[in-house]
Amino acid sequence: MKAMLERLAAGDVLVADGAMGTMLMERGLEVGKPPEYFNLTRQEVLEEIAQEYLDAGADIIQTNTFGGSRLKLMEYSLGDRVEEINRNAVAAVKKVVQDRSYVSGSCGPTGQFLKPYGDIEAAQMVQVFTEQIEALVKAGVDTVCIETMIDLQEAVCAVKAAKRIARSIPVMATMTFNQTPKGFYTAMGVTVKDAMEGLPAAGADIVGSNCGNGVEKMILIAREIKKYTNVPVIIQSNAGLPELRNDKVTYPETPEFMAEKVAELLALGVSIVGGCCGTTPAHTRAMRQAVDGRVG
Amino acid sequence: MDFVPEISKALQAGNSEAVASLVKQAIDDEMPPGEVLDKGLIAGMNVIGDKYKNHEIFLPEVLLAAKAMYEGMDVLKPMFLKDGIPTLGRVVIGTVRGDIHDIGKNLVVIMLRGAGFDVVDLGKDVPPKKFIDVAVEKKAGVIGMSALLTTTMPVMKEVVEYLRKEGLTNKIKTIIGGAPVSSDYARHIGADAYAYDSMNAVECIKKLIPVK
Repeated sequence: MKAMLERLAAGDVLVADGAMGTMLMERGLEVGKPPEYFNLTRQEVLEEIAQEYLDAGADIIQTNTFGGSRLKLMEYSLGDRVEEINRNAVAAVKKVVQDRSYVSGSCGPTGQFLKPYGDIEAAQMVQVFTEQIEALVKAGVDTVCIETMIDLQEAVCAVKAAKRIARSIPVMATMTFNQTPKGFYTAMGVTVKDAMEGLPAAGADIVGSNCGNGVEKMILIAREIKKYTNVPVIIQSNAGLPELRNDKVTYPETPEFMAEKVAELLALGVSIVGGCCGTTPAHTRAMRQAVDGRVG
Repeated sequence: MDFVPEISKALQAGNSEAVASLVKQAIDDEMPPGEVLDKGLIAGMNVIGDKYKNHEIFLPEVLLAAKAMYEGMDVLKPMFLKDGIPTLGRVVIGTVRGDIHDIGKNLVVIMLRGAGFDVVDLGKDVPPKKFIDVAVEKKAGVIGMSALLTTTMPVMKEVVEYLRKEGLTNKIKTIIGGAPVSSDYARHIGADAYAYDSMNAVECIKKLIPVK
């Protein structure tokens, strides 16, 4: 398989997969258990989801390790199983995709704040991400995806940890921005500009945004992002914010709607499009068709 | 020297040490503790709350101001030993069972304390019955529940139903919040209020707890 960064440099557009958490909930994730619990107990479910995204045409398939850092797993008394949880998640995806897609090691926020806002020292934060990313890399991921970050410092700790472990592995780093009357900011007050300058400076090869509040907002964010960076950009929007209808959770944006908006993202020069919360293999398939339709 | 505006200013700047030292000086200067609390700490947090609501500041500034507020409160606490710190009322709050996401809930705790409420923070992953047991024991007027996951939202319904079964809905009001929660959902489960953010939670709870 051709190296991911080479393909992006050559102008290829890649499709990343969609949500994991919502897929796991549909498959019986118990309340009170972290999504990563399946990595210890039901790896066949992870394989099934990877297969669905592969069949839908995803070039990049994520591991179920978003909350796989020690700080996060500690909340569920699983802090001493970081290596196993991350290794099993990678193994499940690799078994299914083999060399047909890139395996992306997902790495989400720790849920803790760095000093002086919280109690964590930067060195400890780097150590926490090092432990997780080392497990992902050893298990054979093709890329590491640091995502849903709201604090630039924490994201930088994660990017540095990844680059220290494996200089050659492409590192993606995405942050989650909210719209305010003054523009887009993360909950910690990070601007698009600061993020897009800070993340590549720390060593991120691919930068962008994920989650958020629907694909139309993401188009606005992508436009901002492209102003400040020349590195390849990834956009993984959620399918809008969840709504509860008749006791059933639904996400407002359909595969067709999101796929229709993909053209606008590509026109802005986005290199990788994918989904976040509420997107499904059907969304991935529709995005795949939108991307192929444009390229072919 | 008029310490009160200085306390508010230092709190807004997130300067914990200055707040603690100014509160001490104000007390040494025989300023009534209630005034230090109201016009210094709470006034400062009100400004922080408004600025946060208007997106003039973000989480980091709020977190630092909260730390400063707590430092100031720690100095004041011994002054109120007899009757406790005067409050607008007591609120029991937590992230519901199965959910460990507490950034939003913590922000509500900060804003409520900043507004002068006595908050019993049960933390995260709180079982339904615990909300009620603690609210009854501590004579709280409001239970606040937070959830980030769509899967944990039904716990809120359990709490409301339990209150109804025990005939406590007149004494203890319920308010819910969190990313997937809505006013529709609050109505659907019979909660008394829904707050869309931390400042809105303060406004709603003020309405739920009648002023003494």
